Amino acid sequence: MISARGLAKRYGDKRVFAGIDLELEDGGFLLVTGPNGSGKTTLLRVLARLAAPSAGELVLPERHTIGYLGHEPLVYRELTPLENLTLFGRLYRLPERGERIGMLLERFGLWEVRHERVASFSRGMQQRLGLCRVLLHSPSLLLLDEPANALDADGLALLDGVLAETGHTWVVSTHDPAHVEHLATQRLAFA
Amino acid sequence: MTYAGDVAALARKDLLLELRAKETLPSMLLFVVAALTIFHFALPRGTGHQAALGLLWSALIFTALLGLTRAFVPEREQGMFDALILTPCDRSAIWLGKALAVLAFLVAAEVVALPAFAAFFSGLDGRTVAAVALADLGIATVGTLFGAMAVAGRARELLLPVLFLPTAIPIVVGGVGGYLWFLVLYDAIFAVFAWAAFEYVVAEA
Repeated sequence: MISARGLAKRYGDKRVFAGIDLELEDGGFLLVTGPNGSGKTTLLRVLARLAAPSAGELVLPERHTIGYLGHEPLVYRELTPLENLTLFGRLYRLPERGERIGMLLERFGLWEVRHERVASFSRGMQQRLGLCRVLLHSPSLLLLDEPANALDADGLALLDGVLAETGHTWVVSTHDPAHVEHLATQRLAFA
Repeated sequence: MTYAGDVAALARKDLLLELRAKETLPSMLLFVVAALTIFHFALPRGTGHQAALGLLWSALIFTALLGLTRAFVPEREQGMFDALILTPCDRSAIWLGKALAVLAFLVAAEVVALPAFAAFFSGLDGRTVAAVALADLGIATVGTLFGAMAVAGRARELLLPVLFLPTAIPIVVGGVGGYLWFLVLYDAIFAVFAWAAFEYVVAEA
């Protein structure tokens, strides 16, 4: 699923990380830990093909089979949840997307507010919608950058349910690993 | 049909965003009407039609620049390029959808600006209206490309005018002179260029 040899990333003279070797099989769960600014987000962006590595070899699945949740939920704030997911469902060429969208909105507790602008949502509700967008096209590789950000107790319970799903390969970064430690099959710690 | 459907969905999204936020079009309308009003009082009586046309084109170019500055604000502020380029849609569809939305804003601004010009100055002929319509295509295609480039850069507020205004000079030359075939040629060249180049503008950094 993911294979990396000597992976490195630099921005000008600044080295973000170097010498990363990875072999993550289908269904694996890579937990990436480290303090703020240690390079976790950059690694996830490289694995999502949103940033090119400066050196090393990297084998990744096709771009459209990746689901990526960054620090932002990556949804349009002036659109409603339904409009956001319909747009991405269209761009991901999902057949019968209405049913899938309805199911996700129900699951994440957003069905009742599906016609309201995302701008009026709390950060936690936006994060839930971000998770809906990530799961919409049933990606095989899920890259989640600090997914527990801003989630309340109910939101964390929903996230736990998502992370317990089989059939995906996971790369999850966090500076607070206690919540997902038990799920990890591999670990990568940034200093 | 998939490509056309993607473009339509993306353009519809941009029109909806503007309909909700009401940030770009009202600013463009206010700017172009204010600029034409200032020109009306600044221009001495008896000034020729050609001089007035020059001012019209100046007002339209700077109005377009105002709209282009706002074109990629949602993508910049909400990181939406990341989400869009992970989808299987062709990257040029992102550019074309945005260019169509920019074109719609330009046309809406000119629906107000052209009658205002006709009222303030020496009327308006069909050739000028045709030139403005052709210029809109060129402005939307090349301006959207430069708007995306500016979003990716650091000094984005400076970068867009620096990139866009020099390439708008031929539009003003063609517009003031009424050289319609020149504008058609400009549109064709820059549409192909922007369509092909957008892929590299949003490429991995």
